[in-house]
Amino acid sequence: MDPITVIRSRTVVMPSTNIDTDQIIPARFLTTTTREGLGAALFADWRYAADGQPNPDFVLNRPEARGCAILVAGRNIGCGSSREHAPWALLDHGFRAVVSTEIADIFRSNSLKNGLLPVIVDADTHAWLLANPGAEVEVDLPATTLRLPNGRTASFPIEAFSRYCLINGVDELGYLLSQADAITAYERRAG
Amino acid sequence: MTARTLFDKVWDRHVVVPETADTPAVLYIDLHLTHEVTSPQAFSVLRSRGLKVRRPDRTLVTMDHSTPTDSAQIFGGVPIALESAAQQIRQLERNCAEFGLDLIGLQDDRRGIVHIIGPELGATQPGKTIVCGDSHTSTHGAFGALAFGIGTTEVGYILATQCLLQRKPKTLAIEVAGRLGPGVAAKDLVLAIIGRIGVNGGTGHVIEYRGPAIEALSMDERMTVCNMSIEAGARAGMVAPDQTTFDFLAGRPRAPQGEAWERAVADWRTLLTEPGATFDQTIRLDAGAVEPMVTYGTNPGMVTPISGRVPERPGDPAFAQSLRYMGLEPGESLRDKPVQVVFIGSCTNARISDLEIAARVLAGRKIAPGVRALVVPGSQQVKREAEALGYAKVFIDAGAEWRESGCSMCLGMNGDTVPQGQYCVSTSNRNFEGRQGTGARTLLTSPATAAATAVRGRITDPREFIH
Repeated sequence: MDPITVIRSRTVVMPSTNIDTDQIIPARFLTTTTREGLGAALFADWRYAADGQPNPDFVLNRPEARGCAILVAGRNIGCGSSREHAPWALLDHGFRAVVSTEIADIFRSNSLKNGLLPVIVDADTHAWLLANPGAEVEVDLPATTLRLPNGRTASFPIEAFSRYCLINGVDELGYLLSQADAITAYERRAG
Repeated sequence: MTARTLFDKVWDRHVVVPETADTPAVLYIDLHLTHEVTSPQAFSVLRSRGLKVRRPDRTLVTMDHSTPTDSAQIFGGVPIALESAAQQIRQLERNCAEFGLDLIGLQDDRRGIVHIIGPELGATQPGKTIVCGDSHTSTHGAFGALAFGIGTTEVGYILATQCLLQRKPKTLAIEVAGRLGPGVAAKDLVLAIIGRIGVNGGTGHVIEYRGPAIEALSMDERMTVCNMSIEAGARAGMVAPDQTTFDFLAGRPRAPQGEAWERAVADWRTLLTEPGATFDQTIRLDAGAVEPMVTYGTNPGMVTPISGRVPERPGDPAFAQSLRYMGLEPGESLRDKPVQVVFIGSCTNARISDLEIAARVLAGRKIAPGVRALVVPGSQQVKREAEALGYAKVFIDAGAEWRESGCSMCLGMNGDTVPQGQYCVSTSNRNFEGRQGTGARTLLTSPATAAATAVRGRITDPREFIH
């Protein structure tokens, strides 16, 4: 996993509330046995017409969305299924951070483990971002702040160990494996 | 020592390394349920790092999501129609062989939806920590277990270490007074709860369902309630274990036997929330006021009593978009709305008591002309029981399709889908856009409502059939 420090990008805005992981990637794409290449299936039912052609009205199909690494979404993005294919698809498409006022638990956990930064901001900052699609913003993970183009910054919460892992580009498995003695002792104790 | 909740007690028992400001707790997991869809990439990580499965004995593996429900494809030598699903199934077989895991495979008579066979086999027990790469793992909380869904990266962590890194969640008590009325199901209760607290009302929390209405529920009904905790955004849902729980588990193949059973029950009886224990939040409702419920929108919080109307929310674009997708108008009555498909199945409502109530409604009746009704038992054991008890014959005589077990039309991964634009009354858990097929319009209900709707061909209050 590449270390994450500062992400600077224009935003793509999807103001809908409760964007569930079935929308992020529909179930019919989950018969894959790898995590690669899922960007093509991202938001498939919104992004493509029945004939497979891109729906020109959908935000990700507009020219200004190209190259954007920050997705601003309505409240409670990522609810529903635990499929990790959702952050895999967002990352494969090029997103590096998802910003909302609320992010569902399992999606948030899955995002952190793959280097997709879940950024939970206050309602005022969120309202500004929704009203200004395409704004150039900066997410600073070491400082845990999101900076708007007007210079205003909002801090965001992130679990300390996840932040450490993301900044250093390591996953949590190494840490868990290093606890082997404690796990063995627990297993003896618990029977 | 301060009074503790059921959740506190289960959590405390499983802390291998306590949490600090810098690191989450290392939490031990007693039972890992694994299936074909969310595990292949985790096995790949093990392979690439040269790791083994730490506790094959704590790993229960089966296949349910992408499996066909057509008997010929499972038992009749007919190739699985969906090639990518067939590949995924074969990959799970290879992974289990390589990593030394017992697999409850495609033709195994113990196979079924993972959240149905865990309890059925007695592997799900009070006080356990249980995880699975599936959000409906919350089902197992019905036994007083702490059970929650995880992603594939964490599936790999569990396979390698039997542990997860977790911050302790908050707690939410949902106190339910009174009793459910005739024809009103546990499904209606949980839909009413989600309608009340919203699809994000439980985020960051573990729910404990409490009170006389919960204590009066059977294990099947408690599982239905806990199953949909995730639809309120909760990490998990739990019910305190009691005699109903012990009676359900006694004698099941993976439950403790003999003296070990007596010791286990004595221990499980201690897993109660103590008087004076506090929850971060408490919500109260009256079961007696709950009516049969039906969803009208594209998340389970968009729900109304069956006698109600689609609400009006001017100025809410997401709400308007949802109704456009559903082809419904604000103020419209849902009762008598024609439907084209009825699905009775899923980890929410495909246990034997769900099929029993559906059979009671359908007995001696026919599915309405033009309606496709699909009945998919939750497991092969449920299937055998339903056949022995005559329910299967009722379904077939009524004109429904009687299938092999699996997730099926809940999410349509295996090709069991609802056509574009059609209305499907479904006993499953999610009415998200496209969940049951591209353009499918899902209305979530109880099995009784689904069966009554199948008979009339339009949304019907089950109390017309159940008195």
